[in-house]
This record gives sequence, C-alpha cells and structure tokens, in this order.
Amino acid sequence: MRHTLTVLVANSPGVLYRVVGLFSRRGFNIDSLAVGQTENVNVSRMTIVVEGDALVLEQVTKQLRKLIDVIKVSNITAEEFVARELVLAKVTANPTQRGEIMQIADIFRARIVDLGRRTLTLECTGDEAKIKAFEESLRPYGIKELVRTGKIALLRGSKYTNVNNIKEEAM
Amino acid sequence: MEVIAAQALIQALEQENVSIVFGYPGGSILPVYDALVSSALKHVLVRHEQGAVFAANGYARATGRVGVCIATSGPGATNLVTGIADAYMDSVPLVIFTGQVPTTQVGTDAFQEVDITGITAPITKHNYLVKDHRKLLQTIKNAFYIAATGRPGPVLIDLPQDMLKTKISFRYPKSASLQSYKPVLEGHFGKINEAARLINKSRRPVIYAGGGILISQACEELKQLAEVISAPVTNTFRGLSCFSGKHPLFLGMLGLHGTRYANLAVNECDLLIALGVRFDDRVTGKVATFAPEAKIIHVDIDPAEIGKNVRIQVPIVGDVKVVLQALLPLLKKTDRAAWLQRIEELKSLYPLFYHQENVLKPQFVLEELYRLTDGEALIATDVGQHQMWTAQYYRFKKPGAIISSGGLGAMGFGLPAAIGAQLGLPEEKVILVTGDGSFQMTMSELATMVEQKLPLKIFILNNQSLGMVRQLQEFYYDKRYFGVNFEFVPDFVILAKAYGIPGYNVSTPDELTRRLPDILNTPGPVLVNCLIDPRENVLPMAL
Repeated sequence: MRHTLTVLVANSPGVLYRVVGLFSRRGFNIDSLAVGQTENVNVSRMTIVVEGDALVLEQVTKQLRKLIDVIKVSNITAEEFVARELVLAKVTANPTQRGEIMQIADIFRARIVDLGRRTLTLECTGDEAKIKAFEESLRPYGIKELVRTGKIALLRGSKYTNVNNIKEEAM
Repeated sequence: MEVIAAQALIQALEQENVSIVFGYPGGSILPVYDALVSSALKHVLVRHEQGAVFAANGYARATGRVGVCIATSGPGATNLVTGIADAYMDSVPLVIFTGQVPTTQVGTDAFQEVDITGITAPITKHNYLVKDHRKLLQTIKNAFYIAATGRPGPVLIDLPQDMLKTKISFRYPKSASLQSYKPVLEGHFGKINEAARLINKSRRPVIYAGGGILISQACEELKQLAEVISAPVTNTFRGLSCFSGKHPLFLGMLGLHGTRYANLAVNECDLLIALGVRFDDRVTGKVATFAPEAKIIHVDIDPAEIGKNVRIQVPIVGDVKVVLQALLPLLKKTDRAAWLQRIEELKSLYPLFYHQENVLKPQFVLEELYRLTDGEALIATDVGQHQMWTAQYYRFKKPGAIISSGGLGAMGFGLPAAIGAQLGLPEEKVILVTGDGSFQMTMSELATMVEQKLPLKIFILNNQSLGMVRQLQEFYYDKRYFGVNFEFVPDFVILAKAYGIPGYNVSTPDELTRRLPDILNTPGPVLVNCLIDPRENVLPMAL
C-alpha cells in the first residue's frame, strides 16, 4: 500500500541526505519526494510517498523520528487531505497540431507556458490520477521531455501537521 | 574573553568534565593540538586513529562516561570509521572531533579532504560540520547531550581549519538546543500495568536482558525482578555482566553460541521479558520459530527497536531502570517451583562442556582466569572464538566488566579498548583476551600501552589461524579451508620483548595453572602467548 508522509525537518545542511540515506540503507521504497521551505524559514517540509505494509510504515516512521533534524512525522494517508503534483511537459506540436493540444490543455485546465517552432510546453497541476490522464492524452503527440515535482499535500479544513512556535533554531 | 575557536573547544571539553582525549594529530587539526599544549586535559597519543576511537570506546564502556577522540582530516577521519560504527551498533557514547580542510577549500578535493559527515551519516547518532565559528560551542553542547542521553551513540563534529583559528568569545551554553530530540524515560503506565498482569499470570517466564540494562544502570532492579518473580535470566552478548554469572537464576548467554539451556528455556517459556535488547539475528535465529510459545514484553528506550524484528504483545518505550522501578511494586512474589525445577533439569542435561586433554584448551584458560580473579576482573576481548569462549566461561560478576565489540564484531578492538578501559579505571585489573588474528590487527598499540605505563595482562589464545572463520568453513563449506591458516605468525614473546614487556609461552594446562598466579600479580604488563588446540570449536552452535 502507498502512504503519504508529511515530514517537518530542521532547515539544516545535510538533512535531505540523511532522510534519503535512511530510506536507501534500510531498503524502504520512495515513490516520490518533494521538499521545500515552509511558512517558517527554519523548517522545511518533505512530502514522501512510500510503498509498504503497516510494519514497513511503522519502521519508516520510527527511523525518521530518530533523526535529530526531523521535527515531526505524520502519516496523513487515512486523513482527508489535498494533494497536488505539478508536471511540465514538452510535446511535439507542429503548427497543425497546436489546436488539438490546446484543447487537451483546456480539458485538463493546463496552461501553455512556452512555444517553440515544433514544440509546446504545458504546465498542469492535479492529483495523481489527473496527471496520469494528462500524460496519456499527450503521449500520441510525442512527449519530448517531462518533469514532475512529486506529490505535495496538506490536511483539509482546520487540521494542521505543522508545529507551532518552532523557535529560532540556534543551530 | 576572546580566544581562538580551537582553544574554546578545549575549554568546552573541560566544561563537559572531559579529563582524557585519545588522538592522533595531522595538518588540519593542528589548531586543536596547539590549544592542547596549555591545557590540563590528558591527551593519549595512539599509533593509528582506529586505536584512538577504540580506546575512547573502551573508556566509555568501562566508565559510562562519554569517550572523546580527535583525528585529522582525510585518512585520519576515515581511519575512525570502524570504531564509530562499532559505537553506533553497541550504543556507546562518543564525541569524535575531526579536522577538515579550510571552509574555502571544502568541496574542492583538497589535500586530505574527505566528506566525513557524509561518510559517517549512517553510523553516527548525529554529526555536524561546523563552518560558522559562532555555532561551535552550542554544537559541542548538543553533541555531548545527544551522545549520552536516550539510546547513547557516537556524534561526530567536523572542524574546518580556518574556523578553528577564528577568534570567538567563550560563553559555554548551559543546555543543549534541539527542537525535537526528547528521549522518553517514563514508560506508559497502562502498558506497565499490562506487563505486570502478564507477569503475575505467567507460569514459565524468562528474562532476556541486554546492554540497555548496563547503560541505564538497572542491574539492581533486574536482580530484584528476577528474584521476586523467580524467573531465570539470559543475557545477550552485550548484556553480559548485568546479572551475576554466579546467581542461581542465571542462564548464561542465549543465541548462536549461547548455552543450550538458555535457548531451550526461551523455547519453552510462556512469557519473554525482553529488557534493553534488540532481537538481534544472532539471538533469534529464525524469527518465526523464536520463543514460539511466549508472549513478549519489550522494554527499550529506542521506539524503533520495538517491533522491528519480532512481534511484541506489550511494547514499553522508556528507560529500563525507570520502567522496572514502576513495574516492581505491581508484581506478586512467586516461587514458580516447577518451572525452576525444569530450568535446573535443562542445566544438568545440557551443560557447557569441553574435553580436557593434555593440550591447552582455550576454555580452560578462561576457567582458570575466572577462578583466579573470582570473576572480579575487567575483561576486554577481541572478536572471534576467544570472544565467545570468554562469554561462555568467564562468569562476570561486576556490571560492565566485559569490554567487547558485539554488534559490529570488529577485530582489532581489544588492545586499544583495553587501554581506554584501564585509563578510565586505573584501579581495576584489566585483562585482554585476544586471538592471534585480532591481535595482529592493532598490536601497534602496544607502544601506547607502554607509553601510558598500563599494567594490562594480555592473553593471546593462539591457534595460528582465524579460528571462527575456520569453524564456519568446517561447518558450512565442507572443510574447504582457505585464507584462514597463517603460514607465518610472529613470535609474540620476542615481540613483547621489543616493547620491553615480559612475555611467556604457555602450551599445557599444568603450565598455565602454575604460572597464572604470578602473571596476574605482576605489577606491570605481561603478554601470555597461549598455544591452544587449533582444532577447538566454539560449541554449542545453535541454528
């Protein structure tokens, strides 16, 4: 089963390395990993999608918590949450095909962000299923290059996974 | 007061009550060595950095305090790796300082530059590269706190040379500053109650006690527990000495080379009380058939150890001493006569044994050492057959009296660790039991021992081969011996002489018995080359 973990980490050098190293060393599979600064400049948030049964998940969570730079680990899989991924795709688009591709972009509420002589670059956000469908629709035209961010997620409503009052970290 | 960062570092060590550091200098770390000139700190110059980290490790194991070692950048740092991994596996508190090339050169593949924080990330509890001199003192404070608390472990601090030469004002922080690191000491009350209920109901309990007991100094509580509920106690290798080897409830070590009766007792028990252990594969063998009839209570300070290898009925996260103190008042005094009778039966059916012949048997050496020291000596070992014979035949009485590389099983550990232990506990009689293979890995530290005037008693159980590996080839590779028999072994007695140490060859049981009292009573160091039966195996060998 796939699980979505939200991991708050101190914004310190080497923290990404430690987290990734932990996964590879202990043989846990990362499906996707997205990381960036949060509302607090001292804290980064990693959203990690990991494959495994309940036992694996328990170990992943506990081992992550052992890292000194990890502030909080939440498994939000069973909660109500909003998840998004961003994809950029550069597709072959001869002038005659542009119209069709722009229609597809409309359907997926994607945007054209660049235009080359024979290519179009599209940007699309959405959950995994939508991104997959978007990719499939573009495939017949020839996807030259594609890049995705990995999933990011937040709990719905007034629930939080962050920690309040994280002090200015001296370290 | 303004001082250079390297001096501040030394002052910080004094604030942390460090009295001894083990090290080896080199270019990048020179600012620290320059600061040591005017310090009261004792610096022990080893002959190889691995010796420094193993000595710090032995010191920490013997004293329960944080061991400190220092090395330079590049090869100095990489030579520490095995000792750091050993401390990580056996939960030994170390703070390790390494020199680093100047910050301006970090990342340029400069002379003697390695990414030691990267290299040691998986084998340290935490590590730091201090580029900013303003963060140095807080980093040191944090490092000592992290190393010594919770489940102890090694913490490395990498120190770029230019940072060490920067002027800073010395204000040592009063406490560590860490966002989320808070070891849980108190066990969950509900779970402790549940454990008490299971224990009171149990008819055939076994206590499986590990290194956690020694680390949390819970030996007295363990003894009370065993006596109140009449449960036999078996030890992991790392747990040896936490429960007196002379106690009638003692089962010896369990697992691969454990006593047959300990393994059978675990097999038959209806409740396994696991305290400060991690269900290591050398203990459990096939997890599916381990303690098949038992419910398991597992107490450990590291939540990640609970449920990692084996399914647990009652998990309790906490310091084992604190948990036992909460648990003991809830227990009914019980004699469990039938169960203890069964244990006695197992002990008499399947005792440890070996055949005494005219050749010197290694087990006999250990029995004699035990007899003459009455189990009171501090025994450091290396890794291999001699280590397992020590575990089986020397019945430790004093908590912490065995200094040995358990989880990592690092050959070469013995001599430097014995040096560290003896420096930490100068009043103790420290005996090194080693093998000819292990000893040759770090025997260069004999010079350190002599320089430090340490009265170690060194017993080399010499079978002129790598006995444990030879044993594995005998059992699992159809006796296709390869790479295990030394065609040349140095004359250890002459070697000892080169270091100015008296040395003796001993090759018969009588000779050993006759000479041993004098050897043990010699005020200075002695090296005893015990020519043992090279065919001897470590038995039993379960699994």
